[in-house]
Amino acid sequence: MTFARAILPNTAGVGFKPEHFEVLRTQRPDIGFLEVHAENYMGDGGPPHRRLEALRADYPLSLHGVGLSIGSPRPLDRDHLQRLKALMRRYEPGLFSEHLAWSSHETGFLNDLLPLPYTEETLGFVCDHIETTQDVLGVRMLLENPSTYVAFAHSVIPETEFLAEIAGRTGCGLLLDVNNVEVSATNHGFDPIAYLDAFPLQHVGEIHLAGSFDAVDDAGRAFLIDAHGSPVRPSVLELYQRVIFRAGRLPTLIEWDNDVPDWATLFAEARRADLYAQAAEREAVRHAV
Amino acid sequence: MRFEETLAVFAERLTSPDRPPPEFAWGREGRPDARRFKVYRNNVAVGLIGALEARYPVVRRLVGDEFFRGLAGAYVAAHRPASAVLIHYGAGFAEFVAGFEPAKHLPYLPDVARLENAWVEAYHAAEAGPLGFADLVAFPPENFADLIFTLHPSVRLLRFAHPAASIWAAHQGEAEPRSPAHWGPEVALILRPDADVEVRILPELGFELASALRAGLTLAEAALPMAEAGEDVSVHLIGLFEAGAIVGMKVAERP
Repeated sequence: MTFARAILPNTAGVGFKPEHFEVLRTQRPDIGFLEVHAENYMGDGGPPHRRLEALRADYPLSLHGVGLSIGSPRPLDRDHLQRLKALMRRYEPGLFSEHLAWSSHETGFLNDLLPLPYTEETLGFVCDHIETTQDVLGVRMLLENPSTYVAFAHSVIPETEFLAEIAGRTGCGLLLDVNNVEVSATNHGFDPIAYLDAFPLQHVGEIHLAGSFDAVDDAGRAFLIDAHGSPVRPSVLELYQRVIFRAGRLPTLIEWDNDVPDWATLFAEARRADLYAQAAEREAVRHAV
Repeated sequence: MRFEETLAVFAERLTSPDRPPPEFAWGREGRPDARRFKVYRNNVAVGLIGALEARYPVVRRLVGDEFFRGLAGAYVAAHRPASAVLIHYGAGFAEFVAGFEPAKHLPYLPDVARLENAWVEAYHAAEAGPLGFADLVAFPPENFADLIFTLHPSVRLLRFAHPAASIWAAHQGEAEPRSPAHWGPEVALILRPDADVEVRILPELGFELASALRAGLTLAEAALPMAEAGEDVSVHLIGLFEAGAIVGMKVAERP
């Protein structure tokens, strides 16, 4: 089966979960696109591929990698790149994205998106890896801003500048996770609005929205955990509106990976994001007039 | 600090729960923060333990949630995933379970783990269209002895010292599981002929036939044990066709 490469629409989509397959297949709800984690489709065959093939016929697809370990000094795993390439060929996704993070080391795959310091040295490694990825996959990829819980004592480049420099050098686009902005802003005590004002929005090709979880650190200070297991917070939706106001509408993913809700709840969450985006878009038009 | 060194220290601390967070990984107070660093440790452990819970639901049910978390946690500490493709993670769990001292009183547990691992492998195996018995009849009878077969890529053939397949079957669904009627060795065929994985307990000779055919023996060679036992090979061969285990056949070339 082959699919025409479908560009993602500038509306809300959702992360696909197998428990929603029947509803999506039989009722074909009006949702902008589906996103999947690439690594879950790296088996040879079976139900995961059967489901994705069936849904791909009805929906544009976004392929989101969680295991390439771009933010590491180690060479990229060539086998993993080839597996990604095979998925790109098979499913013709509208876009491919990965993280500004690392997840593999000598001890093996660490199964988390781990943070890195921002320095001239790390910038060089990340840019090399993105160029390699784009060469192998033959597409412009998007790189996602991380949510972090610790900051590196020897980090010297602000994150927004680091991301702008990567996009400028490699030609890659950016995936702006607005929840990650709020999580990191809370965790490191910076102003999320100032962060967004400094963010190179001209490179953004997709937005992520998700819920977070409250925690307390050693100093007794509240901090946020990027948990993907609850509705998007109103404060995040407000930040999202600021982005749309400045950048216009963008493909926007609702990420809900843990304690997955029923379809109606997830669909309502996507609709809500669309309503917030429409309002911000109207506001931008009024502002321009 | 060099990038390589930074990540080496980070990774080492991440996987050593008794060690403090790296000196350079700060919270908002400009010093290391154990609770914040623990989020990363938890993400790694919870994610991998969750992968094992999903892969071994019957083992988990047999030992209970709390015991399983301890068992899985010990496995995770000893075995990191080789790659980011977590659908392959935990393939060596049965061997670990066999050597796990607190589980020694459940000697059938490693066999159940082997079965569940085979189930997941079959689930993700490549697609192939099973042939029917009618496809065999299309060959001239004089070729039967020289036929060699291709088994479905999902086929897994397992021999258990304990009735692992019966135990596994009794733990499907919500009903209170019943102990196997006969407590003895079992042989099982696990495969996914279409969308669903199937677990079949085979007669010993059916198992031997399937194993021999998969090894590339001709039908005549594979049927030898049955001929010696005075059994009809066709019964077992039909069984394999009906299970959807056969996806290719051809006449072997004589040297």
